[in-house]
Amino acid sequence: MLKRTLLGVSLASLMAASAWGAEVKIGFVTTLTTPAAVIGKDMQDAVNLAVEHMGGKMGDLDINVIFEDDGFKPEIGKQKTDKLVKQDDVTFVTGFIWSHVLLASRKSALDGGKFLISSNAGPSQLAGKLCHENFFSTSWQNDQTPMAMGEVLNQQGVNSIYVMAPNYAAGKNMVAGVKRTFKGEIKGTDFTKWGKDAQLDFSAELAKAKASGAEGIFVFYPGKAGGAFIKQYQQQGLQGKVPLYSVFTVDAIALPKLQAAKFEGVLGSRMTQFWDPTLDNPQNKKFVDGFKAKYGKYPSFYAAQSYDTMYLIKSAVEAVNGDLSNMDGMRAAMKKANFPSVRGEFTYGNNHMPVQNFYLREVVKDGDGTWTTKVVKTVFENHQDVYAKDCPMK
Amino acid sequence: MDWTLLLIQMLNGLQLGVLLFLLASGLTLVFGIMDFVNLAHGSFYMVGAFVCASLTFFTGNFLIGVILAIPVVALVGVITEKIVVQQLYARDHLDHVLATFGLILCFDTLVHMIWGAQGIAVPLPKWLDGQVELFGGIVFPTFRLLIIGTGLTIAFGLYYLVNHTRLGMLIRAGASNRTMVSALGVDIQLLFSLVFALGAVLAGLAGMLISPITEASIGMGNEIIITAFVVIIVGGIGSMKGAFIAAMIIGLIDTLGRSFLDDMFKVFMSAPAAETSAPAVSAMLIYILMAAILAVRPQGLFPPKVR
Repeated sequence: MLKRTLLGVSLASLMAASAWGAEVKIGFVTTLTTPAAVIGKDMQDAVNLAVEHMGGKMGDLDINVIFEDDGFKPEIGKQKTDKLVKQDDVTFVTGFIWSHVLLASRKSALDGGKFLISSNAGPSQLAGKLCHENFFSTSWQNDQTPMAMGEVLNQQGVNSIYVMAPNYAAGKNMVAGVKRTFKGEIKGTDFTKWGKDAQLDFSAELAKAKASGAEGIFVFYPGKAGGAFIKQYQQQGLQGKVPLYSVFTVDAIALPKLQAAKFEGVLGSRMTQFWDPTLDNPQNKKFVDGFKAKYGKYPSFYAAQSYDTMYLIKSAVEAVNGDLSNMDGMRAAMKKANFPSVRGEFTYGNNHMPVQNFYLREVVKDGDGTWTTKVVKTVFENHQDVYAKDCPMK
Repeated sequence: MDWTLLLIQMLNGLQLGVLLFLLASGLTLVFGIMDFVNLAHGSFYMVGAFVCASLTFFTGNFLIGVILAIPVVALVGVITEKIVVQQLYARDHLDHVLATFGLILCFDTLVHMIWGAQGIAVPLPKWLDGQVELFGGIVFPTFRLLIIGTGLTIAFGLYYLVNHTRLGMLIRAGASNRTMVSALGVDIQLLFSLVFALGAVLAGLAGMLISPITEASIGMGNEIIITAFVVIIVGGIGSMKGAFIAAMIIGLIDTLGRSFLDDMFKVFMSAPAAETSAPAVSAMLIYILMAAILAVRPQGLFPPKVR
């Protein structure tokens, strides 16, 4: 009797699972420990906000996001991706701040027959030769943003720059990007140690930059290195003498800290980016206002890309009416980029990298005195990355 | 050769060396005297930075923040010694490593819970935030000069403490033969607590001094503690003089390597190859030095006289 009851209960619960518990599983690999956790937290916040804005549902399916911490290490990122693919059997593996982590995890996700969506990293390999039908990006290819900055430098008549970036996949792409469009002279290039024990004291490099006589310094220092760099740039007395041109260095994560410490020098500094909190479209307004209301701060571009990732997935799930076995249908839907994006309308290239605008932004005080950014002008319209031609997909 | 640049880079190297010395001196004392391997030494560096950052915002002045933070870090050091470290003296080195690695995780999580993941940028007073012109038109950040000055003063103070005071005599005696010291009726427990707290304060001070340059962030100590271990191994474990000289050598080699290695490599390879390989090699330089010194002098450059 007891046995039969138990059987009945378990059968009933099984049926319940298929009838009401249907869900879409999304694995989100980001950095939740180490100081880079501050980036991962911003992405996590944005994903949770997106789930809230969707009412916890994509079509009829419940949203189940499983967050995993890559510890800022490629090998751990790969392990976590394996776990998401094999153990959790998710349909979408996404997140990925770091290019080297994404490159290490790529095979696990794609060979496992899952969709891989980058919410930040854009290494050249994945845009070119290693492009894949199941790989999409809601960010950019690494080279694009510095290419826009190189163009800005040309327009401003800067004749020579000194280049500094961390020594990893994205750092090399960023430097390659600015060198591709900048027509002046590169006085010197420094790649600094990166990873969990990244170099944060740039005294030697800044002294070299100053001695080189370059007219400007171009840097890429994401995360906490950005704030540290800006402070030292100021302490070395370079401000006003050798202007700073940066990408992904001064962001909504560094600015509140710099404001708290009153580093006024960062006001007015300029960078290029595909998005800005002031972009005028309904989705961006909903996102920025919602984020500020819920978390009391401006979202970073990492957050914007993560929010977009969730809406991209939603568009795919709804296009196939929740039939997650229909990979072709979901792929075709994502390829259309038919979802409200915080950056406004954009299209996907043959390599599934966004073809989108890039803007020049400036650090300003908003109406409440909070430090943030605004758009100065559009640098590139509908810009496609240069690696797309190496991608065999049509 | 650009001599001005070389001089500036030597000053930068000196500043890094001084910071390393502050960390390594405590490490070498604790290791040398108590025979205790403390991987969590870097945590005091981090705690110092965070406490100082909070106090700087609270009092509105960085220097007052530093002065108030020093006793707090000393207290953290004493409490850690009383609760955890004391239980471990009798155990072997593997237990020390395991326990203090656990301590690192505890400290990192504790800091995460109190201050959050984002780290704190520490503001400097106006007069420290600028640059000064030294001889021959060399312009150098005021604050880095202050770090060099503070570090050298403390090095001199430690030299005096270790070589010319009764406490220093006990410390040296403890480093040479601690069984004999306790047999002579010295309260070795108290001596250990004092030395441990002193080490914690020195590490904390290093963290306070670096925080306006980088920032107070979780795990900052774990990044630099490896280099501090290299310093004490090169200098000779337990030797204050060794720690000082090795810290200076390593600070200079690291900085000069980062500054000039790519130019040197460009002499015999293409520019892109030099730009890629130079950072990798310069990150290895100090370890190459350590390996070379270990091969020739396994006991380090200046080992304490009797062990």
